[in-house]
Amino acid sequence: MKRFLYELTESWKIAAAQMRANKTRSMLTALGVIIGIVAVTLMGTAISGIQIGFDKSMSVLGEDVLYVEQWPWARVDDWWKYRDRKKIKTEYAEQLNHMIAASPNSNLVIAVPTSSFLRSVKYQDNQVNNVFVLGTTSDFILTSTVDCQEGRFINEIESRGGNNVCVIGYDVADALFPTGNPLNKSVLINGQPFKVVGVNSRQGTFLGLFSWDSLVVIPLPAFKKYFSAKSESDIRVKVKDKTKLADAKDELIGLMRRVRGLPPEKSDDFTVNEQEAFKSTLDPVKNSIAVAGLFITGLSLFVGAIGIMNITFVSVKERTKEIGTRKALGARRQTILLQFLIESTALCLVGGFIGLFFAYLLCLSIASAFPSFPIHFSLGLVLISMFVSVMTGLVSGFAPAWTASRLDPVTALRYE
Amino acid sequence: MNAVIAPPPPEIAVPTATQPRGPVVIDIENISRHYIMGEETVHALRGVTLRIHRNEYIAIMGPSGSGKSTLMNMVGCLDTPSSGRYEFNGKNVSEMNGDELAAIRNREIGFVFQTFNLLPRSNSLHNVELPLIYAGIDPETRERRAMGALQNVGLGDRLHHKPNELSGGQRQRVAIARALVNNPSIILADEPTGNLDSKTGEEIMALFESLYQNGHTIVLVTHELDISRHARRVVHLRDGLIESDNVA
Repeated sequence: MKRFLYELTESWKIAAAQMRANKTRSMLTALGVIIGIVAVTLMGTAISGIQIGFDKSMSVLGEDVLYVEQWPWARVDDWWKYRDRKKIKTEYAEQLNHMIAASPNSNLVIAVPTSSFLRSVKYQDNQVNNVFVLGTTSDFILTSTVDCQEGRFINEIESRGGNNVCVIGYDVADALFPTGNPLNKSVLINGQPFKVVGVNSRQGTFLGLFSWDSLVVIPLPAFKKYFSAKSESDIRVKVKDKTKLADAKDELIGLMRRVRGLPPEKSDDFTVNEQEAFKSTLDPVKNSIAVAGLFITGLSLFVGAIGIMNITFVSVKERTKEIGTRKALGARRQTILLQFLIESTALCLVGGFIGLFFAYLLCLSIASAFPSFPIHFSLGLVLISMFVSVMTGLVSGFAPAWTASRLDPVTALRYE
Repeated sequence: MNAVIAPPPPEIAVPTATQPRGPVVIDIENISRHYIMGEETVHALRGVTLRIHRNEYIAIMGPSGSGKSTLMNMVGCLDTPSSGRYEFNGKNVSEMNGDELAAIRNREIGFVFQTFNLLPRSNSLHNVELPLIYAGIDPETRERRAMGALQNVGLGDRLHHKPNELSGGQRQRVAIARALVNNPSIILADEPTGNLDSKTGEEIMALFESLYQNGHTIVLVTHELDISRHARRVVHLRDGLIESDNVA
C-alpha cells in the first residue's frame, strides 16, 4: 500500500516532468481534449438550462391543478375522435363546485372556468396584438402561481358582476405603459374599455413558445358579453393534496361523467390533463435531444482521446529504454502501467481544466449576449467534466500503458 | 570510504585450500536458453553451470555471440532459462513470474550498464532513489540513503545535477551509487567502462575494487582483457558454453 503511494507520487512527478519536457506536444495533444471538454460541457450547460427552463414552465401550470379540456395535451393519433367531442362549458365549473362542496372527503378544492381568445389590447397609441385574453372568476388566483406585483386580482364582486376591470400581464404592462403606472388606467380590449386593477409579476415563457406575461385576465361575464356567448371553456380544478393527484384525477373524472350524464358503457368525452402528462410527452423528446447532443459532442472528445492514446504510444516507444531500466531496477508491471496511465490522465486533466475554463468563459459571454438562451453552469457539471477527463485519460492511456507494462526487460534495455 | 554501504552480513564461510569462499549466491545448473527467430532456433546458451559465492569478483568474458549477454540476463534475473535450474540465494528463480523477478532485481541485484541508463530529466539524487521507490521505502529514508550512496562514490557535491551536467565518469558513479543503494547481494556490471576513456575507466575499476574489498560480490561482463584482469576469477564463454573458468 505504501509502495503504491510512493509509486503514485513518482508517477505524477514523471507526468509533470514529461509535460514540461514536451510542452508543444503536450499542449497540442491536450488541445483535442480541451475542445472535447468545451463541447461536452457547453452541451451539458445547454441541457441543464433547458431542463431548468422546462421545470419553470411546468411549475406555472401548477403541480396541483387538473385541467378539464376537450383535447389531451399528449399527442393523439386518432384526432377525429376528439374533434367531435362536445365542448367544455363554463357552467360545468359551477356544477363541479356544488358536487365538491357536497362531498366533505373530496380531494378537490375548487373548479374555475377559463375561456380565452387572442385579442389586441390598446392604450392610447400603444397597442399589443395577440394578447391572451382570459375570462375567468376571482377564484382563478387559487389555481395559479401568478401573483400581482402591483394592484390586486379581480375580486368576487367584479367577477360576478362582470365589471369592465382587468389584470394585465407583465409584458402587456411593459408595452402599454413603458413609463407610467398602469393602475386605474383604462385599456381597450378589442375596442372595449377595461380598467386595470392589477399587474402580474413576471412569469417567463412556456418552453420558449409563448409568454405567460402576454396575458389579460377579465371577469368571465364580461368575456361572454364582449367576446363570445358560446361559453366554451376549459376548467381548472385545484387539488387539495398533490401527493394524491391520481385519486383526485379519478374523482374529477367521475364528477365530470356525472356532469355529462354518461352511462357506464360510454367512454369519457373529455380529458383531464395535468402537468405530468406534458412531462411524459416531452421527456422522451428532451431526453433524446440530450442523448443525441451529448453523443455528437462526445465524438469530439473521442477524437481528443485518440490523440492522447497516440501520444502515449509515442511516449512508450521513445522511452522503451527507460522502461527497461526501470524494470531492471525493480519496477513491476503495475508500476509501469500506473506510470503511463497517470501520464495520459494528467494530460487529460490539464486539458479538462483548460477546457472547463474556456467553457465557463463562453457560458458567461453567451449568457450576457443572449440572456434568454437556456444555459446553466453548475458545480455538478464541473465535477462531471473532471470525471470525464480522468476517464478519458484512463481509457485512452490503457492500451499504450498495457503495452509498456508487458515489455520484456531484456528487449526494452537493448532498444535504441 | 565506505560508511553507509554496509558490507553484506558475515556468514559462516567454508574456506578450503583452493576456494576460500563465502556461501553460494548464484547457483546455475545446466541452463540453456534458445530463441525462436522465425523458422530458426538460436541456441544462445547450451548448458551452462556456474556457481558464484559471496564476495567473489568474477568476470564473464567472450566474443559477441558467445552467449555472454544471455548469461548476464539470466544472472540478472531479467530473463529465465529455457531449461535448467537457477537458484539465487537458495530461491528458485527459474520458475518465477515477472513481478517476482522484479522484486529479486530490486532487492538483490545492482545493475551497472555500459550506457549508464540514468533518467535524463532527473537529478543524481532522484536517479539513485529510484530502486528505493520501487522497494516502498519512505521519502526521508530514501533521500538519506541515496545521499549516502552518492557520497560513497565521491559525488556528495553533485546531488542535484542532472546527467547532462555530469561527465561520463560521474554518470557511471551515479549509476554505481544507484546499484548500491538497495544493498544488493551482487553487483552486475555490463561493460561498465565501455563508454568511458581509459583513464576514467581505470577510476571506475578502482571503485569496483574498493567495493570488492568491502565485501561486495561483483559480476563483470566484458570483452576487454584489460578490464577482466581486475577480477579474481574469469569465465570464458564460447558458442553458448563455458570454455574456461580460472581463478586468479
